[in-house]
Amino acid sequence: MSNTIHDMGGMHGFGPVEPEPDEPVFHAPWEGRVHALQRAMGAAGLWSIDGGRASLERLPPVTYLSSSYYQRWFLGLEKRVVAHGLVGEDELAAGRSLRTAKPLPRRMTLTDAQQPPIRGNFERPTNSSARFKPGDRVRTANINPTTHTRLPRYARDKEGVIEAVRGCHVYPDTAALDVHDERPQWLYTVVFTGRELWGDDADPSIKVSIEAFEPYLLPA
Amino acid sequence: MSEHSHDHDRSELSDVQLRVRALETILTEKGYIEPAVIDQLVESYETKIGPKNGARIVARAWSDPTFKAALLKDATAAANSLGHVSPVGSHLIAVENTPQTHNLVVCTLCSCYPWEVLGLPPVWYKSAPYRSRAVIDPRGVLGDFGVSLPAETEIRIWDSTAETRFIVLPMRPAGTETWSEDQLAEIVTRDSMIGTGVPTPKGA
Repeated sequence: MSNTIHDMGGMHGFGPVEPEPDEPVFHAPWEGRVHALQRAMGAAGLWSIDGGRASLERLPPVTYLSSSYYQRWFLGLEKRVVAHGLVGEDELAAGRSLRTAKPLPRRMTLTDAQQPPIRGNFERPTNSSARFKPGDRVRTANINPTTHTRLPRYARDKEGVIEAVRGCHVYPDTAALDVHDERPQWLYTVVFTGRELWGDDADPSIKVSIEAFEPYLLPA
Repeated sequence: MSEHSHDHDRSELSDVQLRVRALETILTEKGYIEPAVIDQLVESYETKIGPKNGARIVARAWSDPTFKAALLKDATAAANSLGHVSPVGSHLIAVENTPQTHNLVVCTLCSCYPWEVLGLPPVWYKSAPYRSRAVIDPRGVLGDFGVSLPAETEIRIWDSTAETRFIVLPMRPAGTETWSEDQLAEIVTRDSMIGTGVPTPKGA
């Protein structure tokens, strides 16, 4: 969903950032398990990375804010395995498997897990040409979908400049849907002045960029 | 974090621990996962990635102008041309700090982060205070890290809203001109590659 609590840019009231010296990778063993379960089940290919993000955005705002990061990952993973029919609510309640498994398209092997972790590639070939070029002035769309989007609220209906064209990439807004439609789109770095985003009182020395998919942009 | 929220976290933990264990049991019983794979993944993310990878990339860029130019052009290709760092996926973008411009990386929508080169993100990077304030009050955020920049320095915030990922190439500190690449890598902190810190040689 778009206008939910995860879209935090520009909000007030959360207090100072609290750096933690010598922070461990995981703060408790269960955090490492959740992270690994998420990676292993993600490898089955049943949902996209965007579908995973969308499941976290659908957590109720109070749950989202009162849960730690890996708690949110866990709650999202629970939702997804149930939604895809891999695990029943009754099985979660019982803490054990109560029926035979649904076949998975792919299973992560030990050999896979031994490779250095590497992020996926989301660039896709295209026959279309990019609508914008560096230096073009653009206005971001004013959209408020009830489905997933990567256009943050603070950067909607704002005028900016195309700084770079990043290639044609999987479009999160459709890839997150159940139909898992990648519908690749051109991706741009769009820069805004602090004043355009935050008004005349803004720090004049700041500029903010977002990575914007072509459907988010109109010529200014 | 306040004493109150610590208590709150603790009371939530036992419940989540039990639920995580239950889910892992069910997924294992159904044959979707193997515990050995999960063990290996935990270890891989704890040991094979981390900010040492990024620090080596920065130290090379400081030492070798040709590599620096390649890094700023295509950071994925440049990083993968080094034999001694973990492989890097597509669309890593290096952004260079200069006396005129300081770069700061955030993901306001979730936790997007160049984890192959920096390791998994710290808690603060994923927290509401950082995600909310980095784009509107970056100088205040830098202050939380004890970093103060001249008023005339432009601060450029990169909101990681797609699968592109950003690593900051910090400025090489004065007084390190004779240092070896290994010595330089030692002073490149994780935070300096996010933009919330600056490399500071000991005794400088």
